[in-house]
Amino acid sequence: MDITGRLQEQVQDAYAAQRPLRIRAGTTKSFYGRPVDADAELDLREHSGIVDYQPAELYVTVRAGTRLRELQETLAGQGQTLAFEPPCHGEDSTIGGVVACGFSGPARPYAGSARDHLLGVRILDGRGQDLRFGGHVMKNVAGYDLSRLMVGAQGSLGVLLELSLKVLPLPARHMTFVQERQMAAAIKEMQRWEAQPIPLSASAWMDGQLYLRFSGAESALAGLRACVGGDLLLPAEATQFWAQLRDQQLPFFAPGSALWRLALPTGTPPVLMELPQLLEWGGSIRWLRGDASAEEIRAQTASRNGYAIQYRGAPNPHPLPPLSEPLRILHGRVKDAMDPRHILNPGRLYADL
Amino acid sequence: MEEATHTPAEQDFLRALAAALPAERVRSGRESLQPYECDGLSVLRELPLCVVLPQDREEVQTLLRLCRQYQIPVVPRGAGTGLSGGARPVAGAVLLSLARMNRILDIDLENRTARVQPGVRNLAISEAVRPFGFYYAPDPSSQIACSIGGNVAENSGGVHCLKYGLTVHNVLALEVLTADGEVLHLGGLTPDVPGYDLLALFIGSEGLLGIVVEVTVRLLPVPENTVVLLAAFAELSLAADAVSAIIAAGIIPAGLEMMDRLAIQAAEDFVHAGYPRDAAAILLCELDGSAEELVERVALVEEILRRQGADSIRVARDPDTRALLWKGRKAAFPAVGRMAPDYYCMDGTIPRGRLAEVLEQIARWSEEIGLAVANVFHAGDGNLHPLILYDANAAGQIAAAESFGQRILALCVEVGGSITGEHGVGVEKLDSMCVQFSAAELETMHRIKGAFDPEGRLNPGKAIPTLHRCAELGAMHVHGGVLPFPELERF
Repeated sequence: MDITGRLQEQVQDAYAAQRPLRIRAGTTKSFYGRPVDADAELDLREHSGIVDYQPAELYVTVRAGTRLRELQETLAGQGQTLAFEPPCHGEDSTIGGVVACGFSGPARPYAGSARDHLLGVRILDGRGQDLRFGGHVMKNVAGYDLSRLMVGAQGSLGVLLELSLKVLPLPARHMTFVQERQMAAAIKEMQRWEAQPIPLSASAWMDGQLYLRFSGAESALAGLRACVGGDLLLPAEATQFWAQLRDQQLPFFAPGSALWRLALPTGTPPVLMELPQLLEWGGSIRWLRGDASAEEIRAQTASRNGYAIQYRGAPNPHPLPPLSEPLRILHGRVKDAMDPRHILNPGRLYADL
Repeated sequence: MEEATHTPAEQDFLRALAAALPAERVRSGRESLQPYECDGLSVLRELPLCVVLPQDREEVQTLLRLCRQYQIPVVPRGAGTGLSGGARPVAGAVLLSLARMNRILDIDLENRTARVQPGVRNLAISEAVRPFGFYYAPDPSSQIACSIGGNVAENSGGVHCLKYGLTVHNVLALEVLTADGEVLHLGGLTPDVPGYDLLALFIGSEGLLGIVVEVTVRLLPVPENTVVLLAAFAELSLAADAVSAIIAAGIIPAGLEMMDRLAIQAAEDFVHAGYPRDAAAILLCELDGSAEELVERVALVEEILRRQGADSIRVARDPDTRALLWKGRKAAFPAVGRMAPDYYCMDGTIPRGRLAEVLEQIARWSEEIGLAVANVFHAGDGNLHPLILYDANAAGQIAAAESFGQRILALCVEVGGSITGEHGVGVEKLDSMCVQFSAAELETMHRIKGAFDPEGRLNPGKAIPTLHRCAELGAMHVHGGVLPFPELERF
């Protein structure tokens, strides 16, 4: 159902009254980011449905409140998929939520991120204006790329109404190999495979085991068994493992102590070895459990040109690392340009945005 | 030096500049400015106040601070190969050439990245990492000359972006200077850097938001094997439909290019690539992957091409034959350039499924207007490059070519596409921007510009038209409607 009119009215009223709005749909990702300082809600759940799907043109235009599962079923029906493997944090997860948070799944280092697959958006800005940026063609350099700017902005620059996303053919087959490796060796091994022109589509390390997934046509995977080595997982097991990793359903992610997401240049040797870790994305993402101090974790990652996010668990008023001063000022100006009265999800991303 | 024509403020600025930078970094005086009076869109010319060629970030900073102090605008320029006038000088503004900042600073094989200065040529990156088995994917036709800084400004594509993406998908980090000379680091070596995706916003911003002083690109392993297929068709529409059929079959070729009769003949006369001269259109389809995979894919694509009515299919497997087949395509623009005194290169994108009808409409208009059009383009991603042939010395032909071009771009928007796929807006397509975007959308873009460059000193008057200009043109933003195509006073 298209409820643009109603949503626009609400945003315009909120703009007039300077009353902040908390944008919501499935609320499956409310653990992520800072709490929004707003009494009123802007509910996107009813704003759902596929607006336009052209399999041969490799794009889908979908309303932001559409459930991820529903969208994926429609695409799979045509043998297609969102190649960035969007994580599904629950039945009610919506495509708008995934894009707003900028979440991507295990294929991200090899197939690109949510932002890489976004072609265009329709949004309501903080004045309640109905705006379109980008489009649904693959190449479009007319004007500034305000569509990709929305990815990861957590609704603070605009209310996502419609998204045009690139879709790609589902790979005919996947093969997942498991090898016994220590963390340091696993990092080197991931590096080695990433440098080869082979269809690597996911990599992860957990509990002393390295997981490598390859995807493509039957013929593209033909020679891999001989050259990769390790145990080949059964297809059902492999599918389950990657889905659970993607959706954070593995026991490693169970509620409890704080969950940190460290992003490091891929070749970085092991850090903070004393804490339980799960690696993915070729070693560029390291999930950490435990109660090390935020200062310690941030210092360790920053010194290696990385950053750390307190992803979930123990409350922290500053889950994201602070921005450099020039960037902080620029972020403020970009926010003011899009949402001058700070009514869209204020405080969710950073306290002053 | 013709100081007499400069305002007192400009003279003060030039004196301060001379004191702040080594003499050979600054050029002024008509003769030394003339090589910079236009970019690849040579029909639009203007002399800048002066040209500055810094050698490092600190010199760029020095320049930008002086420009702030004296309120002098700045137009950045890479290799000057842009086709939309994005680097055309502005009267009274400094032309900032980044061409001398052309060093590859670091190649990090472990992380498969290269850190380079903005003046490094696109192809030079691939050449530098080729011995290690890597390359930089975006390959605009001008890659032998165009600079990576210019690629960032335009979000350049190329032949292989259907599979490997545009500049925005292959640049990891930028070091940029704001209009005030402040250093910003956008993106990074780690995925999904916290905060707004200012890297994506910056790429394709045509030099309006900041000056790129360092670029970190992602390197890809060179594919194991590559095959190029050349298919000839007796009808343009058959070739166009074959493009959609290949994609619909779930195949994403590394490149999928199309040339029409006029382009084929021009290319043949020029480089003798062995294209079939009697064909109405040819498709060049490049596939890459493992040997086993390619056997299967090539057979599948051949079958599709035959089913779609291809008269002949050649398969090039060895590097020399592949290079020869690409040579005709890569030389197509200069080849067409030999057929008429002037040509005007357009750059619109459309959904692939509309290729046949849009090409047919362009052919009808070509008849009507009496200007020939050669088509050579990235069919796989629906990126058209109609080349309108004209003679600038023949009365009325410049205006006719320009208005023809605007009609084509309006048609692109009408069928759900865009007025530019990779060449940018520059000054050339300012009017067409009024067709693609609403007043509110353009106003939003001006606000974004204001966030980065409140005083509007960087590349003024480019990329985003003023609302006033759109109103004057009467070019209303209408979805799927019929639009007026006013002749322009300029050009």
